[in-house]
Amino acid sequence: MHKLIICGGNDKYGNSEGIQRLDLFRGELYTIVGNTGSGKSRLMKDIEQLADHDTVTQRRVFIDGKQFTWEERQEQSLHFVAHLGQNMRFMLDTTVEEFLNLHAHCRAKEVDTNEIIFQANQITPEAIMPNQSLNLLSGGQTRALMIADIALICDSPIVLIDEIENAGIDKEKAFALLLSKEKLVMIVTHDPHTALMAKQRIVMEAGAIKQVIQRSEKEAAIFEQLSKEYRKQKRLQNAIRNGEGVI
Amino acid sequence: MLKKVILISGGAAVGKTAVLKNIIPLLQSKDIALSVCKIDCVATKDGLVYENMGIPSVVGISGDICPDHFLVSNLPELYHWADEKTSDILLIETAGLCHRCSPATEKMTAGCVLDCTSSCQAPAQLGPMLTYADFVVLTKIDMVSQAEREIILWKIKDLNPSAKLFTIDGLTGYGAEGLADWLGGLSKEENFDDDILRHSMPSGVCSYCVGEKRVGSVYQQGVVGKIEF
Repeated sequence: MHKLIICGGNDKYGNSEGIQRLDLFRGELYTIVGNTGSGKSRLMKDIEQLADHDTVTQRRVFIDGKQFTWEERQEQSLHFVAHLGQNMRFMLDTTVEEFLNLHAHCRAKEVDTNEIIFQANQITPEAIMPNQSLNLLSGGQTRALMIADIALICDSPIVLIDEIENAGIDKEKAFALLLSKEKLVMIVTHDPHTALMAKQRIVMEAGAIKQVIQRSEKEAAIFEQLSKEYRKQKRLQNAIRNGEGVI
Repeated sequence: MLKKVILISGGAAVGKTAVLKNIIPLLQSKDIALSVCKIDCVATKDGLVYENMGIPSVVGISGDICPDHFLVSNLPELYHWADEKTSDILLIETAGLCHRCSPATEKMTAGCVLDCTSSCQAPAQLGPMLTYADFVVLTKIDMVSQAEREIILWKIKDLNPSAKLFTIDGLTGYGAEGLADWLGGLSKEENFDDDILRHSMPSGVCSYCVGEKRVGSVYQQGVVGKIEF
């Protein structure tokens, strides 16, 4: 896969979507912004299902311009798209290591579980152990392991992420890991720092894409400023977590 | 003439009603006339849900009888009822119970609803309800990781390679379109005479099936099974 193409549909009131066609590429990060109820999650679902005029939005989603039959879409959507949602938890009653082996087995892959755990531990401050029980992982550990799993086991070239800010993980490192694997990463966010991380952001309104904004040079400068503040915040957060004074 | 009977079976609280609530409007938009039967052991308000959606519905309360056996005993009458209501499709929602029986027959299109948040071992525990199903619907997909979803789908495929798989978030309805399209496009059944169960049902009829309350071997008659230690 090289690129993802979204053809515009309708908003909640039946008006045409703000774009007719949007091309998104591998190895790039895109953010999706907009008020609650503006259609961000629906856009993610349309991509996940490779929608073809058959969802409420009437959008069409193509991979490399290829048209899939209904059968192929049912088969292929998991192959192309990995999703990391806000409410997702691990439910499986097994250890971290066994889980990773099981998932690799389903994907018919050989993987180094230590490498995946190592990568997850770069993203979360509390180290994950191979023999730890999967469903007893903390929120941050869970998110970190899901991201490392998507980066290293899932072959899916497209990764959809819902509001990563709340997870208490290092988002900069998380995105860097995914992008290093040439994923096309799309993130739903309300956070200005995350939103400006992408060179292009998709603005949603009334269930449709309102516009796609290219990050301007001024915005890039603001992003640098926000990045500094983000790192400062992280330092303070760590200090407070470790029981240190912050003055 | 009734063209199709679709069975929606699955454990308790897996989201059978939610799946139906999502696909009914989509099927109606295809100009398909529907009727619904809900089977339960005790009082259920699900019948009201379907009445409110403007389709003929009937609730079967099995009471002391196994609800799956009860359903099979009532099938000819149900087919007749749906036919009288001039339905194209009769949707039947089973009670969510023991998973040992599957009331699916050869002439139905049988679906099994499975909840992502139950154990990954769950598919293997469902027996004929899953292994003889024509389609499987995985619900609550927004709650587990991508990896676990893949693991569960892989296990289902392993147990029933020919079943169509659908993933649905029953709260928001994401994914319901695919299922509704597939169900709406099924070829019609010529008639529902001489229907036959896909899998035999386990025997019941012991003393406790007919109201015995006292515990002890002397009170046990009929088909009695004992654990081997």
